[in-house]
Amino acid sequence: MSGPSTYVPKSALGRWFESRLPIMGLIHSSFVAYPTPRNLNYWWTFGGILSVMLMVQIITGIVLVMHYTPHVDYAFNSIELIMRDVNWGWLLRYTHANGASMFFVAVYIHMLRGLYYGSYKAPREVLWILGVIIYLLMMATGFMGYVLPWGQMSFWGATVITNLFSAIPLVGEAITTWLWGGYSVDNPTLNRFFSLHYLLPFMIAGVVVLHVWALHVVGQNNPDGVEVKNVARDTVPFTPYATLKDGFAMMCFMLFFAWWIFYVPNYLGHADNYIEANPLATPAHIVPEWYYLPFYAILRAVPSKLGGVVAMFSAILVLCFLPWLDTSKVRSAKYRPVYKVFFWLFVASAVGLGYLGAMPAEGGYVLASRLLAVYYFAFFLIVMPLLGLFETPHPVPASIADAVLKSTHSAKA
Amino acid sequence: MLFIATGAVGAVAVGSVAWPLISQMNPDASTIAAGAPIEVDLSAIAEGAIVTVKWRGKPIFVRHRTPKEIKEAQDVQLAQLPDPQTDAQRVKKPEWLVVIGVCTHLGCIPLGHQGEYEGWFCPCHGSAYDTSGRIRKGPAPKNLEVPSYAFTSDTKLTIG
Ligand code: HEM
Ligand code: FES
Repeated sequence: MSGPSTYVPKSALGRWFESRLPIMGLIHSSFVAYPTPRNLNYWWTFGGILSVMLMVQIITGIVLVMHYTPHVDYAFNSIELIMRDVNWGWLLRYTHANGASMFFVAVYIHMLRGLYYGSYKAPREVLWILGVIIYLLMMATGFMGYVLPWGQMSFWGATVITNLFSAIPLVGEAITTWLWGGYSVDNPTLNRFFSLHYLLPFMIAGVVVLHVWALHVVGQNNPDGVEVKNVARDTVPFTPYATLKDGFAMMCFMLFFAWWIFYVPNYLGHADNYIEANPLATPAHIVPEWYYLPFYAILRAVPSKLGGVVAMFSAILVLCFLPWLDTSKVRSAKYRPVYKVFFWLFVASAVGLGYLGAMPAEGGYVLASRLLAVYYFAFFLIVMPLLGLFETPHPVPASIADAVLKSTHSAKA
Repeated sequence: MLFIATGAVGAVAVGSVAWPLISQMNPDASTIAAGAPIEVDLSAIAEGAIVTVKWRGKPIFVRHRTPKEIKEAQDVQLAQLPDPQTDAQRVKKPEWLVVIGVCTHLGCIPLGHQGEYEGWFCPCHGSAYDTSGRIRKGPAPKNLEVPSYAFTSDTKLTIG
């Protein structure tokens, strides 16, 4: 890892240990001495928040498993048992359920930060793609977790999503049977989803290690999008500067999180999931969790089954190609007046798709989804490549120090 | 030589370990056994009614069609159908329509006697089926699937 590794433990025992396993030195160089750009703003605190949320999910999850039964006849009841009989069970479950939503709130902010400040551009392509992999794993984990309470939305959500694979020509049916372990979503499906829901967060943790490793090799981007040129002038040490700023943001985020848990714990869920799964009756409206809604809207915008599925997956996979789709030499949107406008239109289209994904698939809603879906793809496939050629960016500061000092001067003037 | 032999044995080992790991996810013997054929008593199904029975975890619709419904199903021009099939290809006796009650879009259960064609309507993404269970409108690509079945007597039907 980059950053000065001049760490020498103070105690004799520490030095004895360090010469056998230099882990304290690794921690010191990664989280204490590590140089962070001095112009980072609060949008840079969400990586730390995400790490905490992952821990929250793993801890509450492991505890919930102590009381949960993965069987179609008992799953729903065991959840009710957790809510009513287990000491503090309601708190653990509400924390885990709302924690998933907060995890996605944080990841969307974190990703939009990257999109705004051009954090995906060279040399951070691998870092970015690892992020997209984390995001995909999060989606898979969230989906399988929602199946576990075995309510109506669990069952029908699982049915609709696993049926997406039946759109694949020739082998589609065989794949869905294989995923189900039967002829429909049933006990074998619940069992394997439980197994994978336990496994995937640990895989996420593994990819997060790679993600942070890649980050510490190439260094952080920053709001001005210029590389660190002079460590002494452009950066400050991680501790105390980033540690305290991250800590403050984390506490604010935790208060926000607590508000959901204690005041509106069921707002982000769906009432139908408090009805036990019934394979013979589909609820009137199947709505996925809010964080999948934009993609669900894209799925429904395409009037063909295979086409809808392809569009939906492409909407996520296109993120992997951003480093090569964006042709602009300038990283940060701060210096890209035209990109900035298209960026906010993109955010609006994604939010709009999210709204439409929760509406019934008929009439004007479908038309609106089509328009927004077209913009969603056009932003990546047309705007990004062309803008780099046609846009005239504002002059970029020579260094981070120049950017910071200039803005403090003009603020004083 | 030793390298090639090691590599070959290694490839066989990987293959023979991977296959059981993948194959274990397919339906197990008890699931397949529970999917054996079932019998339905037709005498209890009044004209115009749809009875739902569960087979292999899925609903099977057994519909006793009225003469009007049969006529509507037979009169359709094949050119109007996204998945062209005549009514005769889909039934063994015109008054009995037997289909798997799973929308061919993404697997929801369509509601009987509803939608523009009064066959079925799927509330999930708005697919409409006619009285022969054929897709007429909406995102579903195919007609409701017809399971294998046989009339064992005038009042008995075996599905599977
Ligand atoms: C569990 C999920 C994730 C965790 C725990 C995580 C963690 C982190 C941490 C600790 C940082 C450093 C602090 C910061 O700059 O914010 C970081 C940076 C970064 N992450 Fe993530 N991340 C996650 C998901 C993602 C996703 C989904 C993406 C994008 C698709 C992404 C893209 C990036 C990029 C590009 C950076 C470098 C940012 C920069 O310095 O400008 N991350 N991540
Ligand atoms: S599942 Fe029936 S229309 Fe989508």
